[in-house]
Amino acid sequence: MSGIAVSTTINGDDVEYLCQAEETLLDVLRDRLELTGAKEGCGTGDCGACSVMFDGRLVCSCLVLGAEADGCEIETIEGMANGEELHPLQTKFIEHAALQCGICTPGFLIAAKDLLERNPNPTEEEIRFGLAGNLCRCTGYDKIVRAMQDTVKEMKGV
Amino acid sequence: MEFDASYSAKKFKSVGTRPDRPDGVDKVTGRARYGADFNMPGQLIGLILRSPHAHAKIKKIDTSKAEKLKGVKAVITAADLPDLTGGDSDLYDILDNCMARKKALYDGHAVAAVAAIDAKTAKQALKLIKVDYKILPHVTDVDQAVDPKAPLIQEKLVTGGVDPKPTKPSNIANVSQYGHGNTDKGFKSADFIVERNYKTEQTHQGYIEPHACVANVSSDGSADLWVCTQGHFVYRQNCADLLGLDVSKLRVTASEIGGGFGGKTHVWSEPVALALSRKAGRPVKLTMTRDEVFRASGPASATSIDVKIGADKNGVITAAVATLRYSCGPYAGMWAELGAMTSFACYDLKNVKTIGNEVLVNRPKTAAYRAPSAPMAAFAVESAIDELAHKLGMDPVKFRIKNSAKEGSKSSYGPVYGPIGIGPTLEAVKRHPHMKAPLGKNQGRGMACGFWFNFGGQTCSTLNIGADGTATISVGTIDVGGSRASLSLIAAEELGIPYKHIKAVVADTSTLGYNDMTDGSRGTFSSSIATISAARNAVSVMKERAAKTWDIPVENVEWENGHAVAKGKKYGNLPKLSVKDIAAAAGNTGGPIAGHSELVADGAGVSFATHICDIEVDPETGATKVLRYTVVQDAGKAVHPTYVEGQYQGGAAQGIGWALNEEYIYGDDGRLQNSGFLDYRIPVCSDLPMIDTKILEIPNPNHPYGVRGVGETSIVPPLAAVANAVSNAANVRMTHIPMSPPRILAALNAEKN
Repeated sequence: MSGIAVSTTINGDDVEYLCQAEETLLDVLRDRLELTGAKEGCGTGDCGACSVMFDGRLVCSCLVLGAEADGCEIETIEGMANGEELHPLQTKFIEHAALQCGICTPGFLIAAKDLLERNPNPTEEEIRFGLAGNLCRCTGYDKIVRAMQDTVKEMKGV
Repeated sequence: MEFDASYSAKKFKSVGTRPDRPDGVDKVTGRARYGADFNMPGQLIGLILRSPHAHAKIKKIDTSKAEKLKGVKAVITAADLPDLTGGDSDLYDILDNCMARKKALYDGHAVAAVAAIDAKTAKQALKLIKVDYKILPHVTDVDQAVDPKAPLIQEKLVTGGVDPKPTKPSNIANVSQYGHGNTDKGFKSADFIVERNYKTEQTHQGYIEPHACVANVSSDGSADLWVCTQGHFVYRQNCADLLGLDVSKLRVTASEIGGGFGGKTHVWSEPVALALSRKAGRPVKLTMTRDEVFRASGPASATSIDVKIGADKNGVITAAVATLRYSCGPYAGMWAELGAMTSFACYDLKNVKTIGNEVLVNRPKTAAYRAPSAPMAAFAVESAIDELAHKLGMDPVKFRIKNSAKEGSKSSYGPVYGPIGIGPTLEAVKRHPHMKAPLGKNQGRGMACGFWFNFGGQTCSTLNIGADGTATISVGTIDVGGSRASLSLIAAEELGIPYKHIKAVVADTSTLGYNDMTDGSRGTFSSSIATISAARNAVSVMKERAAKTWDIPVENVEWENGHAVAKGKKYGNLPKLSVKDIAAAAGNTGGPIAGHSELVADGAGVSFATHICDIEVDPETGATKVLRYTVVQDAGKAVHPTYVEGQYQGGAAQGIGWALNEEYIYGDDGRLQNSGFLDYRIPVCSDLPMIDTKILEIPNPNHPYGVRGVGETSIVPPLAAVANAVSNAANVRMTHIPMSPPRILAALNAEKN
């Protein structure tokens, strides 16, 4: 049984792996590379818990094949903090209790960071629609939206 | 000595503050390990074969081809899980639900399982298992299931709780009755009566993390289970009972849990994983897919509820009756009974009667879902109360205040209330600015009340003082939403040291005594009592150590702000000793310092909430938009107010989803048609507004700090609050939940015609 050889970049590091044709990028991240920060909530692209950045595009890694990552740049939750220094979104999520069980949190943070990079000053409505691809069952989203709003404020230096 | 948990007022230093949670960094960096994030060397992948039929006799299962496939290490059927339940019918139902024995009782019921070297091989093996079914007639609707002509799900089941006992079997497993007074007489003195049937559809807890575990059984009879669960001690007991293992030899370690809401209080695939591991002689990882979670874990009941309430012209309720039919799946449950108990718990009624019917259907076994059974009963009752207020020409808040239960009221389910929060939540709602917010065209406002018992239960904790004066609190209740933060606050409060000096951990089943699971809103309530008790025991030890250091009688030592202080004229000038000082000297004063606590946390204070909801209805499409939402709830004492708010908001959001979108849809073939998050639509961020919260604090007399459970009550009022808002916005009474656009349109059209 031979695998497909893939050379890719994950969180700035060169990574090589062999995978089967039917393996998703999420399977590869979790089962081959032990990057378990991306979660499988549905496997059908509905919950966003497996969100990663794929060549600068927000994707559900359960809908991408592992083989497709060849030559690409992947960013996962494991690469969001700079060493000990958390990204402002990570800090604000903790401060505002924007997580309860925390299973959806890695996906939310990836999507939230992407949203802020595309739109540094979103309205509440833009935040709500921007994060509508990520399901959270614990918080009712209130504290997630507030954590986002506070991050926007802080990043603007207000 | 038994711990005295009675309330005494005090000024808090740590409790009531809002520090960062201790597991926060792990959870925002992806390092926290959930059920599926754990692996063992040499592990196999387990998969379960499930019935595609709603009701079928299993004539034969041929696993020979699957067993021969290269890479397959074990194939099991019910024969590999022999019946060791010894006449315990509840346990037998769990066994039968984990792996069908004679009949498949719902679409998704497990019939066989495999363990193989990888997922691909395991999938191939499932396809090679041949099951010979004889398809039987099925019933999935709760009202159709009580029809005497309905197919029988358990052929020998005769309804319990009825006198005289029926002579023929039926799908009604049990009937329960609650109430007091004379309702016939009460209705005679009513000037206005509302009588209706209400329906709610089946919903799922919808936790984002599917069930996952890794099981490892050794040939010497010892075993390990890593699992996402709300109750690792309960899982240990169930699994040991079903597998015939010694309880003490099965160690269960709870992972971080990605949501549970009641759904992870029951074992589903864990005994199967253990049985596979036992047969294969290797660790087995078993993770459910989302489709399996919907089809084969435990959703809430579907219900059909008849309510009749009468009031006199002064606005006093004279009688109230509810007959409730709750679906249980194919096994007996006590879901309708919980509905019957909670229906009228908010009110002070002279004449009240509730009858609960537990109805078997060919759907997955019903499990607890956050304040199980109460939201549906509240939907029916609070809708009728609202309609009755309209008939009386009374403001619905004032009507409820007039009839609300208070301290000394005999509850509709029996006990007499102590100090309770229903009146205060209603008064707070009456004064809330939300009630004055302007409403536009096609917009309506609704409000509703809710009740939940809360639970205490068996609990134990151990508090260890470290050599540097910091402390570890080991608890046996799973942290589902931030309880390690609140328990750290409690320990900090008792010891008088900073929150940051406390580390709270959830201990595995081998390192701590038995704990009931995190259900009934008991996590923080019960473990905080055990933590207070353990901390006070540790403080006693530290006082003794200080007395020994000073060589003075321990009666002359007091504990103040994290220090042992010598008292009395003779010793008053001794410099006080900090936890750090005492801990550093522990090796010379008697060894390590710890406090333990084992107790039954009695006296969980009942909990009440009142919610307000504003909705806009599009009369052309039937689509709805939630405009504003407010939760007012009694917390007794909010230990970490931010996480209390989070519980209020989360419950409200789940309730809104239940009210507007969520439902299990079965085809005529008895198969679930929407077993994914695309078609079973839970609320997304853009569906909801901010959810305003107001925490009331009416101390629970049975907790040292006055704490009440806060986790569940918030899901009780929303179904009714949203339904009342939609009914007011659309000017038509909605009696069937969820109020999806087609249902609202149908109601509008029926009204027009």
